[in-house]
Amino acid sequence: MSPDPRIRHDRDRPRRRMLLHRLDLRGAPYAFIAPFFAVFAAFSFYPLVYTGWISLHRVELASLDLMEWVAFDNYVALWEDERFWNALFNTFTIGVISTVPQLLMALGLAHLLNYRLRGSTFFRVAALTPYATSVGAAALVFTMLFERDFGMINWLLSVVGIDNIDWENNKWAAQTAISTIVIWRWTGYNALLYLAAMQAVPRERYEAAAIDGASRWQQFLKVTIPGIRSTVIFTIVLSTIGATQLFGEPLIFGQGPNGITGGADNQYQTLGLLLYEEGWKNYQMGRAATVAWAMFLVLILIFVIQRVVKRIASRRA
Amino acid sequence: MSRAQKLLRTRGVAAVAAVAALGLVAACGGSDTGGTGGGVKDGKVTITMGLFGVMGYKETGLLDRYMKEHPNVTIKAEVAGDEQTYYTALQTHLAAGSGLKDIQGIEIGRAKELVDTQAAKFVDLGDVAGVDHFLPWKLSQVTTKDDKVIGLGTDIGPMAVCYRKDLFQQAGLPTDREKVAELWEGDWSKYVAAGKTFKAGFKGGKVAFMDSSSGLFNAMIYGNSQQFYDKDGRLVYQDNPVVTDAWTLASQAATSGLTAKLRQFQPGWDPALANSTFATTVCPAWMLGHISEKAGPKNKGKWDVAKAPKGANWGGSFLGVMDKSPVKEEAKKLVAWLTAPEQQAHVFEKIGNFPSSQQALSAPQVANATSEYFSEAPIGKIFGAAAEEIPDEQILGRKDGTIKDIFSQGLTLIEAQNQSPDKAWKTTDERIKKAAG
Repeated sequence: MSPDPRIRHDRDRPRRRMLLHRLDLRGAPYAFIAPFFAVFAAFSFYPLVYTGWISLHRVELASLDLMEWVAFDNYVALWEDERFWNALFNTFTIGVISTVPQLLMALGLAHLLNYRLRGSTFFRVAALTPYATSVGAAALVFTMLFERDFGMINWLLSVVGIDNIDWENNKWAAQTAISTIVIWRWTGYNALLYLAAMQAVPRERYEAAAIDGASRWQQFLKVTIPGIRSTVIFTIVLSTIGATQLFGEPLIFGQGPNGITGGADNQYQTLGLLLYEEGWKNYQMGRAATVAWAMFLVLILIFVIQRVVKRIASRRA
Repeated sequence: MSRAQKLLRTRGVAAVAAVAALGLVAACGGSDTGGTGGGVKDGKVTITMGLFGVMGYKETGLLDRYMKEHPNVTIKAEVAGDEQTYYTALQTHLAAGSGLKDIQGIEIGRAKELVDTQAAKFVDLGDVAGVDHFLPWKLSQVTTKDDKVIGLGTDIGPMAVCYRKDLFQQAGLPTDREKVAELWEGDWSKYVAAGKTFKAGFKGGKVAFMDSSSGLFNAMIYGNSQQFYDKDGRLVYQDNPVVTDAWTLASQAATSGLTAKLRQFQPGWDPALANSTFATTVCPAWMLGHISEKAGPKNKGKWDVAKAPKGANWGGSFLGVMDKSPVKEEAKKLVAWLTAPEQQAHVFEKIGNFPSSQQALSAPQVANATSEYFSEAPIGKIFGAAAEEIPDEQILGRKDGTIKDIFSQGLTLIEAQNQSPDKAWKTTDERIKKAAG
């Protein structure tokens, strides 16, 4: 019985159709997300790898074609460089004193906006306005407000009898001032995120809580907060990434050469500024690339710690 | 919808998406031929310029005049406010080979670095006709070892001391500019001593003798031919008595409360000028314009200019033409014209940038110039005499600009953060080694 080619053809046809169908189902999503990954590969992954490659060399900005292989020397030097630890610590402290109050204030603001208010749209738009201003403009205005001799904030303080504070040269004052800029810009943005999440919390829960005699404050703690937990975590992740990359605010706050080094004593130099100083003031691209990779590794480390903490917490519960 | 149709559609979308993605990548990776923005189109020449600060060409209408006299030329000048930002961008553009202008300004602190590392990217301006009128030291600062001139001089910064007559009077010091100059003649430490007299004698509010210790430091080191580097390009600042003496005196001024703890050209400085919180500042010629503008009309006539203890040069710039420029010849002509004696004298008359051209220096409108704002001080004579005292050879180094910034910050550590001069010197030393090593 020799196989009839026609039959074979007929038998194959549904199989091929099946294959196409499966390709359609399985393949199409990949085709749809392909553009993102193509762009990601070109503009994120390749630069990341290339930055890593540069960080293993001694190379200056003006002569990028002359690279001298130094293996991990840059990393060792960075590890031993107290400026790195100083910048890491500053990034952390500025991150904490800007993120924590910012998110707490955003929560409160969102809670207030969630009430039935007259002109609520106005307040919601107003909350978002600082976010819409550029870092440069905001930082410049705040720099003038925080000026030592003729700034408005010192003038207000002098009214209540506090001596002029040298905002720039005092470490904690400078970090507080920079945090103020960050807080001013991002509180409204986070508040709107919280507000959106709050509006998705079912009204019945509040009604039930009210019937049980819960006060507004108790409702906020026992209904609202658990209801928007995932959004809170999302904003914390977002703020952490933002804080790690903090750059524009301190740069403009310091102005000129002092901005790049984060103050005469590096009192508010962040990792972003250290990267900029190495790359665009000292023109040492290898060292700048090393800082960039260190920042990347720090972010991964934060992520891992967060996962571990979460796992331990859920195991306990 | 049949399956085939559906499949076709999916495929189509995927294909479009893929092509779009590739297009994006290609667009950004696209080759740059390294144009400088300028060019010739229909017989019309466009020349682009990258400038910084107040170089005076746009401000005094010279560019407009050139365009009027040359109807086929359009000049597009981009002026950056801050030189640090400008130079960073210039470095990046030089490295990338794109984004450059036909003509680029060069600040003196960067001259050596460009001469040493980027000379090939600049046109030789030594062969342009009629450019033998510059001060010799000015020209030698932008000349490479094989005699290539990468820029032509704009201004120089001979220094004097600007002081407030009214505040001097209140402190019991002389107010006449000759007598004031005698107070500190020949020695910067006498200037600091005068500051102590001022501090002891001044009753009436918070007024410091000088704005910042870094101004004093700059004035002291720039009066010498050897500063941070030696002739062979080695760092010598640690052992150079010029630098260590300047550091000692400047930190002494800082620790004796003679300074207003300001940073020149940074935010607090301008309101301090307007509100008269300091009595003197070491001022290169180009600073007069800034002072008169920021101190404002209400302080007119209260300021005066006295001879500095020792002649020194702070600042001054050059204009270079990029080798990649498609309009090289036109750009060369423009640079030669802008830096010609008449134009330099014009810029000086209008905004006070002091000429680097010997011919312009002796021109009557420069030599006999007086400043109305500064009590009719004969600024042409004072700065002209200071210019003659500037050493004939000034050894520049590759990282002069950066090192100057680091020293200013070191003095800030003493002045505003109350660190001991020894500790601040140690920090400064380490920073210079990191930045210039």
